[in-house]
Amino acid sequence: MADLKVSLAGVEFNNPIIPASGTYGYGREYECLYPLSRLGGISVKGTTLHERAGNIPPRIAETPMGMLNSVGLQNGGSDKFISYELPNLATKGTRIIANIAGSTVEECAELAAKLNGTAVDMIELNISCPNVKQGGAAFGTDCNVAGAVTKAVRDASDKPLMVKLSPNVTSIVDIAKSVEANGADAVSLINTLLGMRIDIKTRRPVLHNNVGGLSGPAVFPVAVRMVWQVAGAIKIPVCGMGGVSTAEDAIEIMMAGASAVQVGAAIFRDPYAPVKIIDGMNEWLDKNGIKSVTEIIGAVKPY
Amino acid sequence: MYRQGLYPIIRKCASAKGIFDITVLCPEAAELAEPGQFAQLLAPSHFLRRPISICQIDKAAGTLRLVFEVRGEGTAELAELNVGDNLDMIAPLGKGFTKVPGKAVCVGGGIGVPPMLGIASLYGEDAAAISGFRNAAAAILQEDFKALGCRTVLCTDDGSAGVHGFVTTALEEHLQSEKPDIIYACGPMVMLKAVAGIAEKYGVRCQVSLEQRMACGVGACLGCAAKIERDGKEIFAHVCKDGPVFDAKEVCFNG
Repeated sequence: MADLKVSLAGVEFNNPIIPASGTYGYGREYECLYPLSRLGGISVKGTTLHERAGNIPPRIAETPMGMLNSVGLQNGGSDKFISYELPNLATKGTRIIANIAGSTVEECAELAAKLNGTAVDMIELNISCPNVKQGGAAFGTDCNVAGAVTKAVRDASDKPLMVKLSPNVTSIVDIAKSVEANGADAVSLINTLLGMRIDIKTRRPVLHNNVGGLSGPAVFPVAVRMVWQVAGAIKIPVCGMGGVSTAEDAIEIMMAGASAVQVGAAIFRDPYAPVKIIDGMNEWLDKNGIKSVTEIIGAVKPY
Repeated sequence: MYRQGLYPIIRKCASAKGIFDITVLCPEAAELAEPGQFAQLLAPSHFLRRPISICQIDKAAGTLRLVFEVRGEGTAELAELNVGDNLDMIAPLGKGFTKVPGKAVCVGGGIGVPPMLGIASLYGEDAAAISGFRNAAAAILQEDFKALGCRTVLCTDDGSAGVHGFVTTALEEHLQSEKPDIIYACGPMVMLKAVAGIAEKYGVRCQVSLEQRMACGVGACLGCAAKIERDGKEIFAHVCKDGPVFDAKEVCFNG
């Protein structure tokens, strides 16, 4: 039994596997299959200050080895999260990452401040949602704006702060450096890649939002590349994600430089994916005589 | 409450062209299942699962019967599975039909007919099954309804079998002679809208089963939104968890 514990922004996780925001709700839908304490943590559904209705359906399109979504941050708002979801989640014995998003810098800061003193272990500031008109990726595609929103949330919050980055940029390294310089304790990447499908019979986009975020195994090589580039350029830890579906994928993205791993779309195909990945990583580490999973972080030997 | 696992296919029947009829041995899922719920089936070479309505539940035998139409590559792959093959399935999912005391009319259109069989089985001779298909060759499950004791009305678009015309005409004729306690419906959105309108006109409660592009199937991803009106407010509910069955009065049929 290898030691699977990892540390991210000063928070210790029992293992590196975390269901990604928007793919796991608040855990309620999956705890009939296995206890949530098996997970390193849960990054909860993206939470905004006020309730959001989300986008007009269809919101889902299948793609070769992946999918597009344009859910549009549908959620019950911060009060419901704090009063209803958080007390329940706090009893489950897993780390709670509050994924937050806002339309303005002030809104992000206000939301972060509301989580002070709660059971939340870490904030994941989403500056990369491709499916909302305000905030979202508009924050995450400009170094100055990304830095400013990071600083505002850092100043407002007493929690460790992770910032979730968009891959839909010219240089994700520059964005990562900017959020690091403005007080982020960690970064998570990648959010979805902007994509589109068209129904050639109707000539209509499959998604009502026309475009949406691509995730699933199709994006995995992009995620590995970006994690590797970012991890090599900043000092704060990286939480890697994007198409991770197997234990081998998780090991690979950790070798690229990730200190922990989020698993998203793979859960839709197999709800047991997170626990299968944890068990598979443990087996792989044992078989390779590696005592702690931390030994593989950034262990890639590039040419 | 649902289960996920690999379950053997124990029966596969030829049905109408492009329609496949399989029975899966899955006692743990069958035990939990209710009419109107659905299953998420994995087609191995596709990323997302396919939501398929549950046609019949046999708790004693521990089986679920699934009748589906080949609509694309994913369902075509599922259709190639044979008796003895294992099916990767998550079931039962969603909120099914509500059984009420008295008589029911079950209105199905095309591949919306299979879930009608499950709910009709709770009523037997107290149910009338009105089923619509493109033509005689596409008609399915009529003998199954009769075996339950249901009265059946078969409608075809081209008149090649049964009544020439739509299920909505047959439903109105039925309601003129007899008032049921509930109408259940599954089929194309345009049919559901018309059925809901007729139910309202005759003052009969109506439940409809909706479809939407879906990812997780369990209520986590919020992908399969359907606009409904609840407590005077329009909201996006989710077909996989809040549905697929909704009270027709709640559904915003105009989007």
